[in-house]
Amino acid sequence: MIETVASVGLAVHENLRIQKRRIRNGISNTRLSLVTGTHGDELEGQYLAYMVGSFVDRHIDLLDGVLDIYPALNPMGIDSITRGIPMFDLDMNRVFPGSRDGTMAEAVCAAIVDDISGSDVCIDVHSSNIFLKEIPQIRISVPTAEILVPYAKLMNVDFVWIHDAATVLESTLAHTLNTRGTKTLVVEMGVGMRITKEYCEQLFDGVLNLMKQLGMWNGETSTVREPVISEGREVGFVNSDAAGIFVPCADFGENVKQGDHIGDVLDPLTGTVVEKVAAVCDGMIFTLREYPVVYGGSLLARILQPAGGEPK
Amino acid sequence: MNKRILFSLRSPYREQLDVVGFQFGHGRKSLAIVGAMRGNEVQQMYVCSRMVQELKKLEARGLIAGDCEILVVPCVNYYSMNIGKRFWAMDNTDINRMYPGYDQGETTQRIADGVFSEIKGYEYGIQLASFYQQGIFLPHVKMMDTGFTDPEIMKDFGLEFGIIRKPRPYDTTTLNYNWQVWETKAFSVYANATDEIDQHAAEEAVNAILRFMNNRGIVKVKTPPGYITAILNESETKQIRSEHAGIFFSMTEIGRRIERGDILGRITDPFEGELVSEIRSPVSGTVYFAYHSPLINAKTVCFKIIK
Repeated sequence: MIETVASVGLAVHENLRIQKRRIRNGISNTRLSLVTGTHGDELEGQYLAYMVGSFVDRHIDLLDGVLDIYPALNPMGIDSITRGIPMFDLDMNRVFPGSRDGTMAEAVCAAIVDDISGSDVCIDVHSSNIFLKEIPQIRISVPTAEILVPYAKLMNVDFVWIHDAATVLESTLAHTLNTRGTKTLVVEMGVGMRITKEYCEQLFDGVLNLMKQLGMWNGETSTVREPVISEGREVGFVNSDAAGIFVPCADFGENVKQGDHIGDVLDPLTGTVVEKVAAVCDGMIFTLREYPVVYGGSLLARILQPAGGEPK
Repeated sequence: MNKRILFSLRSPYREQLDVVGFQFGHGRKSLAIVGAMRGNEVQQMYVCSRMVQELKKLEARGLIAGDCEILVVPCVNYYSMNIGKRFWAMDNTDINRMYPGYDQGETTQRIADGVFSEIKGYEYGIQLASFYQQGIFLPHVKMMDTGFTDPEIMKDFGLEFGIIRKPRPYDTTTLNYNWQVWETKAFSVYANATDEIDQHAAEEAVNAILRFMNNRGIVKVKTPPGYITAILNESETKQIRSEHAGIFFSMTEIGRRIERGDILGRITDPFEGELVSEIRSPVSGTVYFAYHSPLINAKTVCFKIIK
């Protein structure tokens, strides 16, 4: 059943509508919410939403519970390849929990939070932006790690990044829902404006496995991989110091040693290498720049260090 | 006056970005003024250029107090201004959401860090601010309530209203907030327009900043008399939202005193022209923000009233 979560009139003959599909079967009220499309340039979740929805439809007898799929929290953004809400300065994921009596974005965010709250688990699927590619991972803030890591391990991701809490992140959907007692996992995978089928298929197995462990899926599931957990391990950030074109020579997911050559920043005008980029630490490259044009400061890679590494 | 480059950033395809500052007087770091951090903040840059003009004259006449140094930064993000974008052209990030910045971080974090390292440490900081919505403001001064800055200081601007804002989580990465964390008494001056020049409002903003500087002993200057500033919390202002969408007609002006029940605006159907909504004020007060665009969505803030 397709339901409208929020609707706001737009200026000319149109409404902004946030929709969800509820798939229900059996007697259990266990509810999983699969949420995506907060950022209009992140599309990996679109294919995942399709895969999960269509598979459960075809095997509806195996469902015992409620599956809510929200494919597009920011439909105008997706429609216009706009990361935020068009004509609105703030990132939608900095407006939560919103306010029923607030502006359009605030009212929409409040309605979304009210609708998802009460789910047993919520999976909030993001891609990276257009600049970076990420291995399938779940990001969890330190204060929620104890509760969420056991669920994250069920999701068939390669990596669980437990990061420090930041005040600015208190305005995210995940923080809001976790604060209200709805366990919410933030998935990051792939790259902006693209669909990486293999990652979506990987996450699909994770979603079904989570549903099985929640007792709402009676079908067979695949064995999931054991993710690397960042707890007690540092992440090294490799930023460009020069401006030019970044061409990597290391692979995504590769293990490197500190000082290894992982790419070059080139100047097409002078035909010179303006920066030889080296790994700042030992470890696995879990983020790699996808968009070649860089300024000083552009993030080129993130490297997960082995246990006992120093901050870089 | 000492014109100097505060921060530089090389671009792969454009001339180097040089953030330029204009330094007046010598000695104690007294006041930093920052203009456009977004590419459409033309009015904010214009007000700063007017301040540079005024300070040149005051310096030439020896009217800047001894042991006082003033820094004016008219424009941080002219890269975006030159190509008609509001945020950083490459990745659409907002420099004013990157403070205090990070010198080893992403590009806009590095810009914020480079600028902040030059503008922190001043006793007072003034940012020429803009609002995220299309609309015009009554010139006013605003500060974030971090507990550091005394709101009474806002009276020295002599603007009609001084507004105290309770910071939200997303405010914690703005310049105004971080200035205060680093012990600069920080204020945001709203000079009505953003992407167009409003001469009258710019004049009012320049006079307000000069009045502030005079009252704080930084310069000696005569300005037209200001208002006795009313200080109030933002929560005490009344925000009026549109209940319908369509073509928007404002029936009032900023600064106008209105009574409860007065009609402030009308919304008509965009195809048939029928009146779909009359916007009436639920309170008596002064209009200090008015939406300024022909098209309006539902649930859009179209007026703000100071009760």
